[in-house]
Amino acid sequence: MKRLIYLLPLVVFLVLAAYLGRMLQLTLRPNYDIHEIPSAMIAKPAPAFDLAGLADGKPLALDALKGHPFVVNFFASWCVPCRIEHPLLMRLATENHLPIYGIDYKDKPADGAHLLATFGDPYRLVGMDRDGSVGLNFGVYGVPETYVIDSTGIIRKRFVGPLTAEQVDKELLPLLKQLGQT
Amino acid sequence: MITELGHFALILALFVAVIQSTVPLIGAARRHLGWMAVGRSCALIGFALTALSMLALMHAYVTSDFTVINVVENSHTDKPLLYQITGVWGNHEGSMLLWVFMLSLCAAAVALFSNNLPPALRARVLAVQGMIAVGFLLFILLTSNPFLRTFPPPPNGQGLNPVLQDPGLAFHPPFLYLGYVGFSVAFSFAVAALIEGRVDAAWARWVRPWTLASWCALTVGIAMGSWWAYYTLGWGGWWFWDPVENASFMPWLVGTALIHSSIVVEKRDTLKSWTILLAIITFSLSLVGTFLVRSGVLTSVHAFATDPQRGMFILLLLVVAIGGSLTLYAIRAPALKGGGLFAPISREGALVLNNVLLSCGCATVFLGTLYPLFLDAVGGPKLSVGFPFFNRTFAPMMVPMVIAVGIGPMLAWKRGDILGALQRLWVAYIATALVVLVAFYVTYGGPVLAVLGLGLSAWLATAVLTEFAERIRLFRTPFGDSLRRAIHLPRATYGMSIAHFGLAVSVAGFAASAWAQEAIQILQPGGSIDLAGYHLTLEHVDHVPGPNFSADEAFIRVTKAGEFIAEMHPERRFFPLQQQTTGETAIRTNLLADLYVALGDSDTAGDWTVRVYWKPLVPWIWMGAIIMAFGGVVSLSDRRWRVGAAARATRRGPQPVPAAGE
Repeated sequence: MKRLIYLLPLVVFLVLAAYLGRMLQLTLRPNYDIHEIPSAMIAKPAPAFDLAGLADGKPLALDALKGHPFVVNFFASWCVPCRIEHPLLMRLATENHLPIYGIDYKDKPADGAHLLATFGDPYRLVGMDRDGSVGLNFGVYGVPETYVIDSTGIIRKRFVGPLTAEQVDKELLPLLKQLGQT
Repeated sequence: MITELGHFALILALFVAVIQSTVPLIGAARRHLGWMAVGRSCALIGFALTALSMLALMHAYVTSDFTVINVVENSHTDKPLLYQITGVWGNHEGSMLLWVFMLSLCAAAVALFSNNLPPALRARVLAVQGMIAVGFLLFILLTSNPFLRTFPPPPNGQGLNPVLQDPGLAFHPPFLYLGYVGFSVAFSFAVAALIEGRVDAAWARWVRPWTLASWCALTVGIAMGSWWAYYTLGWGGWWFWDPVENASFMPWLVGTALIHSSIVVEKRDTLKSWTILLAIITFSLSLVGTFLVRSGVLTSVHAFATDPQRGMFILLLLVVAIGGSLTLYAIRAPALKGGGLFAPISREGALVLNNVLLSCGCATVFLGTLYPLFLDAVGGPKLSVGFPFFNRTFAPMMVPMVIAVGIGPMLAWKRGDILGALQRLWVAYIATALVVLVAFYVTYGGPVLAVLGLGLSAWLATAVLTEFAERIRLFRTPFGDSLRRAIHLPRATYGMSIAHFGLAVSVAGFAASAWAQEAIQILQPGGSIDLAGYHLTLEHVDHVPGPNFSADEAFIRVTKAGEFIAEMHPERRFFPLQQQTTGETAIRTNLLADLYVALGDSDTAGDWTVRVYWKPLVPWIWMGAIIMAFGGVVSLSDRRWRVGAAARATRRGPQPVPAAGE
């Protein structure tokens, strides 16, 4: 019996090695794109949410947003990549007038408000997802993540990690244009 | 020609390593002294060959030989000489060569400085080192050869990633690798001990200096990397829980545990199989780190250009090396007999607690890093999964550890007197309470946890000083007597106190970073920002040419209460070759706080985004790390490692308190 304890490290390692091998196998697939994370949520209705607003802002609820296509961006004050993405969001909000709604993920309201006060606020409304439950429903893997949702509340596209100018020009803007026409 | 010589030397090194990994092992099994001695010669020849190979690649870089693909991809004639040299390890192939070079350096060091080792143990250690070398040499030669040629040669190279053209990062990899690879010696000793089926105090005494040396190098390497991230990335952060950072931090955590548990093996002849396991895990984590960074499984800010085929090869290496050693462990470790018994409250107990907390901390970091893998999803670049996760799990585990670091050294071996220890620490309570009260008063309304963190640092610092004062019986005997005691204390004891004090300094830096202030504003020349009592005026921004970039250099005048403090010059550098812009932050420190200025984008109207941070005690983070590494070096200079460590009679019965040494 005591000998089995000494086997434990080996067993743990073998399980780990199997996992790593599986991951490697995934990356070996043809036309594998590391930025592309398959999401079970695409083409499904967005999970409902009704969140308290940031600081004294108005609350953010999914039902109130339906009727027009819009963008939901998960961010947090503790997230460095979000700051890299931030100027792009500002540009989208001020130049393209995109309806971007922010969800402040696992963050303190004061920190989120401070962030937007210092860097600028690209969001029409911000909801506080303090315990991360909305993020969990969306299947958010980390911040930042950006979702495009159509006028009926169906998720059409998911971007993982900071948005790039290329993604915006080639995917996000054309998709919103297309959604706006239909 | 010289390039081919380098390539050829590397192939020869492979064959030498094959001999090194087999002949001494057979010799040790058959007790054939001549065969055993082969290990030593092989290790030295192997070192000479890999050094030759390394020099050949450096030569190709320095002479900008663009018939070598690796040079084309990573160098450029306009690049400053320093970065032409350090560019050698600024890429995957070259850094693997550096890895193998460090490995052969370690093997050669073992071969040279192990005259007091029993020949069989030495032969086995060198054989295991040889096996690791075989794996990695095969890896380089089959998948990552830096000596491949191209014809016709292009007129110039593609240059090194501008972010890497920085003195801090130039010397970060050698230290980091020396740390990673240095742990291979502890690993080899562990495997050799398992083959022999014998672990004793002498074994621990041989293995400890190697572990200490690698730990020091790794500490410096991690600190350099963190410092580089701090001043280069321009956001004022110093640790991002990035997968690559974690890959270097995990071996450090377990390596720290290993340093401590091997003390128990040496002094008390117990915790043997645990120490062996730690030695295996420490190096295994270095290997897993290599896999994570280079296989493409995880991407991050620092990741090299990755190739899944290489990932497959490294995974195979992992399975052979880690799987093999753990199998050996499962077979042989149950037979290792533990020695002395000890009460839970004792020096041993404290060291076990240290081990448990450090291992759990490492497991947390491991889970946090591989969390994306376990979810069967792969992260994009620069994705923060982490901050709240790590802050909520890792930090609380380290709090009891820091508290225990203050108490542990006060306890006696075998059975400690915790009440007595706690009483003798009365100065520490007062100091902690004072620091907490003052910090709370000064920063009233600010983050409370930071106040407690500062208190923790004060606790540890005073506890370390108290312990030292106790050891030399300061104020209890005449001062001359204390001085005499201080002079005769073993260096290892000094090393321990210094390293623990360094931890206290770093903890203060971690805690105080919560009080940082920042201001981001768009300024016209002439505009100004006020932060933390400083008044910063953007005077003008000049366009200045550099060797392989052109820069916008801002002139910022800093005053405090009307008095001139400094002129700061943050820059933005544009590298035309890579079409990439990097920031050069300007940092002014008075060792108590940093004033940190980064120059951001400009718009067409001549407005500049200027980011200013005021970071109290942040320099202490790296100062603490350097002090810790220095403590390691002091401990390393202890004469007990150099003096012949023949079998020491195991001490029985009650031991004098406090035992000398750590």
